[in-house]
Amino acid sequence: MGAGTGALFLAVFLACAVEAVEATTIVLAAGTARNWRSATTGMAAALLALGVIVAVLGPAVTAIPLHWLRLFVGALLLVFGLQWLRKAVLRASGHKALHDEDQIFAEQLAAARGQQQRKAWLVTDWYGFTLSFKGVLLEGLEVVFIALTFGSNYHDVPLAAVAAGCAVVVVAGAGLAVRAPLARVPENTMKFVVGIMLTGFGMFWGAEGAGAHWPGSDAALLVLIPVTGLAAVGLAAWLRRPAVASAGPQSQQAAAGQLAGQAGGGTAGEVR
Amino acid sequence: MAARLRGFLAFWYDFVIGDDWLVAVGVLAGLAGTYALSRASVPAWWLLPVLVAVLLPVSVRRAIRR
Repeated sequence: MGAGTGALFLAVFLACAVEAVEATTIVLAAGTARNWRSATTGMAAALLALGVIVAVLGPAVTAIPLHWLRLFVGALLLVFGLQWLRKAVLRASGHKALHDEDQIFAEQLAAARGQQQRKAWLVTDWYGFTLSFKGVLLEGLEVVFIALTFGSNYHDVPLAAVAAGCAVVVVAGAGLAVRAPLARVPENTMKFVVGIMLTGFGMFWGAEGAGAHWPGSDAALLVLIPVTGLAAVGLAAWLRRPAVASAGPQSQQAAAGQLAGQAGGGTAGEVR
Repeated sequence: MAARLRGFLAFWYDFVIGDDWLVAVGVLAGLAGTYALSRASVPAWWLLPVLVAVLLPVSVRRAIRR
């Protein structure tokens, strides 16, 4: 496996794993609070809908000339990547609450328990079905987009599909096995890494699609991605400084440790 | 019908543009600039990295100020 295909697999796997964690939390909340049969039916219906979308969009995406595909995909990845990276920097610098699957699960559970049960067609509990269906479909749309576009750009849609499938199977399998939100997954760190990779690939493909040529061709990615990561981690550290500077030496050490954990190795909340 | 259309458009706006429209506008401007430089046979690969280096801190700052 070359560096390019390795990066393709890693980027698709991580991005899809993050989306799968969020979808799993929603399905678990729907199943726990409402009705497991309706929740799993909703999940299956959403997976079927996603399959239809892939069947329709897949051939269409691969038929687009590479030049236009890279311009279009580069633009979207760059927008998505910068949005992910902005949120990751805000979380790592303490300006936004960390993504906490336990808390999200509790909120979803409370909301789901407050609704009345209603039967519709063959579904015992319509609310549980739609909650699960919408969650899986919306998170799955991003998985489909990332897998299709990354795969098309590298002329290796099957590898991207395998990476996406592995992520979904691993995460959904773990979620259904423990029947609890996957709070131990270092989701905030994974989101930081995915934001960096989407931004790096977005710059690379966007510029190529717009007619630019990178020095070193594909090897430029080996510089672009680490430099983007360093800049984002540096920005998070820089935004954290004013609060740290105003605190005492012990607080400074604690804040520095927290930042290092958030940016690189997970947080106390994530590894709890 | 109008409400459904608004909901449909709002979903795609949220999906593609997200929380900060400046990012999307900046990316489009960067790609247009890259294309213009390339057409003029000027090396253009550096423009998007520079744009990201500017756009990310600006967007983060805007989010903090909100």
